[in-house]
Amino acid sequence: MKEVRIAPIKNGTVIDHIKPGKALKVLDLLGIDGEERMALSLAMYAHSKKAGSKDLVKIEEKELKVDEVNRLAILTPNASISIIRDFQVVRKFNVAPPEVLEGIVKCENINCITNQNEPVPSRLIMTRKDPRTYKCHYCGRLQSDIEKNII
Amino acid sequence: MLKGKDIVAINDLSQDEIERILNKAREMVPIARAEKKSRLLEGRILASFFFEPSTRTRLSFETAMQRLGGSVITVTGQEGTSIIKGETLADTVRMAECFSDIIVLRHPREGAARLAAGFSNIPVINGGDGAGQHPTQTLLDLFTIKEEFNDISKLHVTIAGDLKYGRTTHSLSVALSRMGASLSFVAPPTIQMPDHILDEISGMGADHELSSDLMGCIPKTDVLYMTRIQKERFPDFEEYIKVAGAFRLDLDMLENAKKGMIVMHPLPRVDEVHPDIDPTEHARYFQQAFNGVPVRMALLSLILEGDI
Repeated sequence: MKEVRIAPIKNGTVIDHIKPGKALKVLDLLGIDGEERMALSLAMYAHSKKAGSKDLVKIEEKELKVDEVNRLAILTPNASISIIRDFQVVRKFNVAPPEVLEGIVKCENINCITNQNEPVPSRLIMTRKDPRTYKCHYCGRLQSDIEKNII
Repeated sequence: MLKGKDIVAINDLSQDEIERILNKAREMVPIARAEKKSRLLEGRILASFFFEPSTRTRLSFETAMQRLGGSVITVTGQEGTSIIKGETLADTVRMAECFSDIIVLRHPREGAARLAAGFSNIPVINGGDGAGQHPTQTLLDLFTIKEEFNDISKLHVTIAGDLKYGRTTHSLSVALSRMGASLSFVAPPTIQMPDHILDEISGMGADHELSSDLMGCIPKTDVLYMTRIQKERFPDFEEYIKVAGAFRLDLDMLENAKKGMIVMHPLPRVDEVHPDIDPTEHARYFQQAFNGVPVRMALLSLILEGDI
């Protein structure tokens, strides 16, 4: 497969090693829908030496914060984040799954009070790291498929 | 200290707090029987919000409050309340706290009591939330067991019937595991104990087994906890028909039971415990129902007045 190249960015954030096919969902999870008028580059199913293929997102002129990107771990746990200033990587880190998912993933229990018209965000608490397990703070249900219930 | 505390799930209580409640309940028995009078909670008001049918839990909470000299305001069902007009539970509890000192809530949705406790400035007691938790039932179950056998850690408890939808069995299993009892869960595979409860029990290292053989479990059992197969919890009526009546306890089945074994049931029963068992030394379910009063008296007094 021919390597896909995206031009380097001067300032901003590069999200690399995204699970193939998830780049659009990554943008969605970050709340980026095009209305922000940010310059974005995006590659899907690009060649990766490590994983065979991957997605990649470059966001210009915006440095994402740790809290903002950690939620990506529920979608693509191996993603790495690079903060770019003047074409140089000034900081690089991997996403880490948050201990609490608030308002990001709905409880899978359809009878949970948070799936009604109540003024509270969903709240899932990590109860185990390996395998990663979340439990609803309200109804106590262990969640079997976090990704499926991303809001 | 229990003063001002919300009681949403049995895990909200430490072992010491559970012991404190059970000891207090023992002191409350003569008042619950009207052999002694108390004005301990005079001037206090309990808001009893039951948005789902209940007889025992509601009546025993209301009796408990009144036996201690307090009074009760009650809402039963959703009709006649602003919920039917679309009011959120969050607003309902904030309204209730204007009129009362403590709220007891039964609600058809899981997590409702946790949400209510988050919005209310007065204590909230969970009176059962959907197929979720029912901590005061667990406390009265533990009280009933403790009155019979002092050391719960040496007991083998068999819990049978509807373990998937029966919320009383979830809280009880967790509490008994914490106290070191060994457990048999006896149910048809379609209504066995849910994974999240088994996961919690395994996490505590409790000795437990899954079975569908009630007869086989009886000889080793100290406490046999029977539950009703609840029609209203089944989304599919055909599934209910299939499993209903699969677990019926009759006198013959107790032939190989230990002499001191007790049979408990949260009531109401349909036909899962035959009335022939009622006069035997094994039956404890009516005693268990009575125990709801002193246990809830203990809880109300400790939450409202503290450790007096």
